[in-house]
Amino acid sequence: MKSISRLFAVMRKEIRQMRRDRLTAAMIAGIPIMQLLLFGYAINTDVRNLSTAIADEANTHLSREFISRLNATQVTNIKYRVTTATELEQLMQTGKISIGVAIPHDFDRRVVDKTRAAVHLLVDGSDPTISGIADQLRNMPIGFDTGAKPREPGLIEVRPYYNPERRTPINIIPGLMGVILTMTMLMFTAVAVVRERERGNLELLINTPVTSAELMIGKVIPYIAIGIVQLALILVVGRLLFDVPVRGSIVDLYLAAGVFVAANLALGLFVSTAVKTQFQAMQGTFFLILPSILLSGFIFPFDGMPVAAQYLGEALPITHFIRLTRGIMLREASLGDLPGDLIYLAVFAVIATTAAALRFSKRLD
Amino acid sequence: MKDGYAIRARGLSKHFGELRAVDGLDLDVPTGSIYGFLGPNGSGKSTTIRMLCGLLTPTSGTANVLGTEIPGSAKLLKPRIGYMTQKFSLFGDMTVLENLQFISEIYSYPAGARKSRIAELLEHYDLVAQRKQFAATMSGGQRQRLALACAVLHEPELLLLDEPTSAVDPQSRRDFWAKLFALAEAGTTILVSTHYMDEAERCHRLAILDKGVKVADGAPQDLQCSTGMHVVEILADDPYHAQTALVDAPMIASVTQLGVRLRVLIPESVDDPLGLVDRNLREHTVAAESRLVAASLEDVFVAVTMKSQRIAA
Repeated sequence: MKSISRLFAVMRKEIRQMRRDRLTAAMIAGIPIMQLLLFGYAINTDVRNLSTAIADEANTHLSREFISRLNATQVTNIKYRVTTATELEQLMQTGKISIGVAIPHDFDRRVVDKTRAAVHLLVDGSDPTISGIADQLRNMPIGFDTGAKPREPGLIEVRPYYNPERRTPINIIPGLMGVILTMTMLMFTAVAVVRERERGNLELLINTPVTSAELMIGKVIPYIAIGIVQLALILVVGRLLFDVPVRGSIVDLYLAAGVFVAANLALGLFVSTAVKTQFQAMQGTFFLILPSILLSGFIFPFDGMPVAAQYLGEALPITHFIRLTRGIMLREASLGDLPGDLIYLAVFAVIATTAAALRFSKRLD
Repeated sequence: MKDGYAIRARGLSKHFGELRAVDGLDLDVPTGSIYGFLGPNGSGKSTTIRMLCGLLTPTSGTANVLGTEIPGSAKLLKPRIGYMTQKFSLFGDMTVLENLQFISEIYSYPAGARKSRIAELLEHYDLVAQRKQFAATMSGGQRQRLALACAVLHEPELLLLDEPTSAVDPQSRRDFWAKLFALAEAGTTILVSTHYMDEAERCHRLAILDKGVKVADGAPQDLQCSTGMHVVEILADDPYHAQTALVDAPMIASVTQLGVRLRVLIPESVDDPLGLVDRNLREHTVAAESRLVAASLEDVFVAVTMKSQRIAA
């Protein structure tokens, strides 16, 4: 009997404490609902609206018919019309499209001629799900004879760029780098301020001449170095065990990683100034990590998500970093090809650090 | 300093919602003195100290600290103030030496003189043997010496100490006060909060705080002479019985038991305090000896806090 009453005493105490921690209580209800709504709607393995460019060199009745059928599948979202296949390659390298459709000038003849493919589908193989989806398009019928039997070689030839052997590690590791860096970097700084608050160090620090900015920037910079070391580790292991290439410039990659790490650290620091306990900081970190994995294009293609989810994804630093790493490592792109993503990360880092410094008041009230 | 005062405050108040943590505090702390804040927990000592160093913004009122107006440019004050928090606030996972080095750098202590200043502090605060020890593993007394060493490293003009001795043994407390006297001797103004009477007695001047209000201030000796109360000490075989006999008697302000003795406070307006006590004891047939004694600081404390309660009621 005594044991039961002690058990209940402990249970009551736990519930009481949980209820007093308002942020945690809010998270108990808020996290499942938000995540459920978010990911339930956002995650869609039935991918549609992949950014597509078309180079229709034939421009015949049949080729236009083919394009309108392609459009009707809703798998593609035709964003660009160019004149040559080379332009398609450029658009893909800079990450503007996932699929390029090259229709040669002798398209009509090729449709009839059963020995050659009539259409080339250039597919961005740096994104894991896209090549699978392109395979679905391959079986699309062309011509008026809708009952035509499948033939070999197919009418549509899929050319997976950047990862012709379709090896999963090559797709996964550039994105995984972003996920690993997000997890560790966010965690480092999310507890940085709140830990000192809990231990009482903060009251001492804010009584010294050190300024908020000095404190915040001083907390971030050492971890950037740690992030760079972590990146090197992932690259070496990726190379040795999984043969993942770095086709672009390694300097570009480190530069991008440096800015990305700074953005995450700054975000963590902001979390740290917004919460009251280390426990809440951890919860906040997990709250950010899940969308970083699911909405960043790491697992599910970005184009396939609803627009609202895309906006959310765009806000996350990791989305931009994954575009940069896939571009630099696999598509041999340079930072100059993807300026928007790098600028976003830099601006994010500056804004988050400023916000953290502003939130971090050198007062206790 | 202005008029020879390191701190002058007028009507300083801090309210947290309904709670008036500090209410209309006037304060004059002479330069180079040790000024004590005496009061129970929750009397507003820490809140006042935090306002004076700019950590909290006063709800109303002003203070002039070392010639700088508070609230306002607290930033200019930081290099001139040393602050020792109630809770140990140095880095537990850093050694004594590392903590001192960090503090010297954060206060921009002249680089060339850092090493010798730290060596001097280690020596003076008896931390030479602990210099490579992690702060978290040290005893309460050692931590307190480290905290003081860090607070004075940059040679501040004003030292604010928030219950610095609450976690240390009596011997360490004595040593600590010897260090404070040496600092005051060298010209540092020290504001120290405490709830120990013996420590309050060592201060040059003293303010007694109760529920956010200053109920008395002055030199400890002056306060003891002007309680407005007779103090009767009673030696009884059955002190508990004696206490029940006196506690509800008219004209008796308070009864405090100290072992087998009782201290009874009776307003000065009563002409024959001993007679009053004896009459009450006889009525309850309690055998006891009583005599008039001088007021201790604790008697002062009881007397003034009672007065403030009466006013509130």
